[in-house]
Amino acid sequence: MLLLIEQVLNGLQLGVTLFLLAAGLTLVLGIMNLVNLAHGSLYMVGAFICASVAGATGSFLLGLVVALPATALVGMAVELVVLRRLYARDHLDQVLATFGLILFFNELVRILWGPRALFLDGPSWLSGTVEILPGIPYPAFRLAIIVLGLAVALFLAWLTTRTRLGMLIRAGASNREMVSALGVDVRWLYTLVFGIGAMLAALAGVMAGPIYAVEVGMGESILILTFVVIVIGGIGSIRGAFVGSLLVGVVDTLGRAFLPGLLKLFLMPATADGVGASLASMAIYILMAAVLIWRPRGLFPAHA
Amino acid sequence: MRDLWPLALVLLAALALPFVVAGMDLAYVVGIATRIMIYALAGISLNLILGYGGMVSFGHAAFFGTGAYVVGILSTHATYGEPLTTWPFEVGGTEQALIAWPLAMLAAGLLALVIGALSLRTAGLYFIMITLAFAQMIFFFFVSLQAYGGEDGLSLFARSQAGPLDLGDDRQFYYLVLALLALVLFLKSRLIEARFGRVLQGIRDNERRMRALGYPTYRYKLVAFVISGALAGLAGALIANQTEFVSPAFLDWPRSGDFIVIVVLGGMGRLYGPLAGAALFLLLEEVLAAWTEHWMIILGPILVLLVLYARGGVWDLIAGRLSRRKAGADG
Amino acid sequence: MTKGLLGTRRLLGLAAAAALLAAPASAAEPVKIGMITTLSGGGSALGIDVRDGFQLALDEEGGMLGGHKVELVVEDDGRKPDKAKEIADRMVARDKVQIMTGIIWSNLAIAVVPKVTKDGVFYVSPNAGPSLLAGKGCHRNYFNVAWQNDNLHEAMGKHVKDQGFEKLYILAPNYPAGKDALSGFKRFYGDDVIGEVYTKLGQKDYAAEIAALRDAKPDAVFFFLPGGMGISFLKQYSQAGLMNDVPVFGPAFSFDQTILGAVGDAALGVVNSSQWNKDIDNAANKAFVESFQKAYGRLPSLYASQGYDAARLIASALKAVGGDLSKADAFRAALKAAEFDSVRGSFKFGANHHPVQDIYVREVVKEGDLLTNKIIGKAFTDHADAYAGDCKM
Repeated sequence: MLLLIEQVLNGLQLGVTLFLLAAGLTLVLGIMNLVNLAHGSLYMVGAFICASVAGATGSFLLGLVVALPATALVGMAVELVVLRRLYARDHLDQVLATFGLILFFNELVRILWGPRALFLDGPSWLSGTVEILPGIPYPAFRLAIIVLGLAVALFLAWLTTRTRLGMLIRAGASNREMVSALGVDVRWLYTLVFGIGAMLAALAGVMAGPIYAVEVGMGESILILTFVVIVIGGIGSIRGAFVGSLLVGVVDTLGRAFLPGLLKLFLMPATADGVGASLASMAIYILMAAVLIWRPRGLFPAHA
Repeated sequence: MRDLWPLALVLLAALALPFVVAGMDLAYVVGIATRIMIYALAGISLNLILGYGGMVSFGHAAFFGTGAYVVGILSTHATYGEPLTTWPFEVGGTEQALIAWPLAMLAAGLLALVIGALSLRTAGLYFIMITLAFAQMIFFFFVSLQAYGGEDGLSLFARSQAGPLDLGDDRQFYYLVLALLALVLFLKSRLIEARFGRVLQGIRDNERRMRALGYPTYRYKLVAFVISGALAGLAGALIANQTEFVSPAFLDWPRSGDFIVIVVLGGMGRLYGPLAGAALFLLLEEVLAAWTEHWMIILGPILVLLVLYARGGVWDLIAGRLSRRKAGADG
Repeated sequence: MTKGLLGTRRLLGLAAAAALLAAPASAAEPVKIGMITTLSGGGSALGIDVRDGFQLALDEEGGMLGGHKVELVVEDDGRKPDKAKEIADRMVARDKVQIMTGIIWSNLAIAVVPKVTKDGVFYVSPNAGPSLLAGKGCHRNYFNVAWQNDNLHEAMGKHVKDQGFEKLYILAPNYPAGKDALSGFKRFYGDDVIGEVYTKLGQKDYAAEIAALRDAKPDAVFFFLPGGMGISFLKQYSQAGLMNDVPVFGPAFSFDQTILGAVGDAALGVVNSSQWNKDIDNAANKAFVESFQKAYGRLPSLYASQGYDAARLIASALKAVGGDLSKADAFRAALKAAEFDSVRGSFKFGANHHPVQDIYVREVVKEGDLLTNKIIGKAFTDHADAYAGDCKM
């Protein structure tokens, strides 16, 4: 029973990590209607910048402080040069162009930093474990991720519903002309929003750095997971992204933790290990297909 | 019809290619040309739903890979003389192209029927992602399919047998692929001119209107999806023969991305677009990779530029020069 | 512009003609070696090290191997089997390479090696050693200078057994190399493990596995998670505070010089198995480590040592036949004899052309600020692989 609770917690934590990435992606997707496959590249850029700064200075926090605005600048530059020409295009063009951007960024990072993975560790005061349940020490850094993820969720909720910027953003999404009439340059508004999205991606990369490998291509595998999250939650919905993240995190974790054991009840152990592991790899895709068949526009469709 | 003559030229060149290169010690070019044609075939299959039907499948590699695996698995069983199944009656493997290739199409088509039936309930970005999800499921299935090599893949003992042809000979295989490609192109040109094709394009342009006109749009889309999947399966069967090897790498999602690139590069909804797209994409990769190991840093921006400035794809750039009027009319 | 192009082509033509004319006249026609390896995308660090190690041996002889001029053609396979296959076809048909090497991944090797060896090309593997090519699918023209894939896992199994650990928890990705790894481990440890877990290929988060592992209360853990998977696992294992309570063991792949920098102190003190290390005490190894560092400004990795040994092996065989590869049987016999000074010290081939070699036990240590490995013992002396019996050559 204790193990089950711990695994659920692990699942929630994985979900929150995914949410950090999904939040920026769904923001851009919901407001500018832009599918940005290169969001994973910004995640990678953020992690690499943080790892270099932390490597040079020995301070994770300094790395974080540098990586966030630096990645936001990279993101805004990409928006200015390429992406703003794609807002009016269909999703296919966006997928293709940002696929090109992935190739570009992966290679650029490899040229700048070399082919080997980089080292990144969290601050020393987060390196230990905390005993959250009797007999279950939990890594402090993972707890920090959970806290940060919740903070980001609250911040985004506040930003989009309570601030003038959020109001403009929402207005810009549904009616560009009206916002322009208010004397606001929508193009710069979008650049700004994209910068925020890029910063969130960098935050996800920086927080993932100490637990995952900081390597070229780190953005792709997690990007697919993130898209699964967004599609399950409903495109453009922050709330959907949050629920979707937790759902995917928990299903993936519990699948890996318990499926092989469960199958052993009625299969040969060797077969059960193999089949269980395969099913666990597919679990989130099965979840996504099931959700979409049940609700073709995700759990929380953004535009009712 | 006026732009048929460059096509005739291309066909002529394709027919002559093996003889020309044989004299120049460039026999390996035949292999590259074969691979281009196979990718073109996969592109053509995707173009049917993407270009004409407006369905962006981001999981087409699943059908491609399934076709390849059917050929690979049947051939392995034939090589080792182990029956495929003994129940309800014994079924053995085969190396006969006439059996294995249609089976590859059938399997890929059936898979497309299941995936399509479920995925077509969604649209837009949801459709892109759900096809990706299904393809990932199939990918992980083959990765853990220990009996057939899993991630290591499956080496074929020899290419398929096709009557009097010796497919082990690169030239004969080349001509067979060329013939199949021509046949598929011909059938597809008839299909899109036929009522079915017109309805499909109508759905692409305005599904609501077609539905209001009384067309069962879901069924039309599903049929197109299945045809497309089966054709991708054929391409997969061919690539398995070309490389004499199958592996989950044929089903990985970047491969689906490659197919989309091929279609869009060549020009969506242009009958011959994927041909130009496949040739350009594979040759570009080839040339850039020979030039620098950092070739992706050049290929990436090229893709971006093509999307931004060459929307009709390469086919329009070429064909547009030759007969600007036509390109304007259907563009 | 057009003129210039034509001019160039004509020049090339002339050069080719000159080369053709010159060929019969001089016996010193360069030997062509084709290297297909992964230089872009994920896992390119391995391919780059193999290439650099090989190139180093070439440069040391001034572009020659075994006293004969060598022309090395390197191409990037991008880790795609069909691309590797196409490159191989082209190298055989166009470049007329007589020797091939370079492939990193087992699936690419399975796609390429059977075909090219059938065509009479010699293939010297600097890394991939799938069981198929060591057993049923072995070939007289195929030589593996690195290992059979199971070797390092077997060594770890023996070491862990010798150390008296009784409750083992073992994990690997759910794909053939992962299954081979765990069965290789059990071949020498025994079947009695308390947990055997297969993870998703490319998985990043191991919280679930680590929690289950802690719950099972093992006294040691063996894992095979190559590349980024291993980096993630070790970091998370260390963060979970398990490093001091339950020791982990693994093959060299997760503790190699290409990776240690990214794992950081989490790897410190971990015991792993390898057939090479930079402190193996022989003249060839000392020279190699020193000149590699001088040439590339970094410590050589396992893969670099394998690329280097591949080149040195080829050099020894070229020398034996005087650079004349038309003497295929003599060249094959010379490869088989493996009379070169391996950086591993003693090295010879078994009947299936796979190494019979010592496998060491290493520990991750810190030299100044740099994490690296130190040999602390030997798991096997003259260890051969388990598939040699299936090989009918």
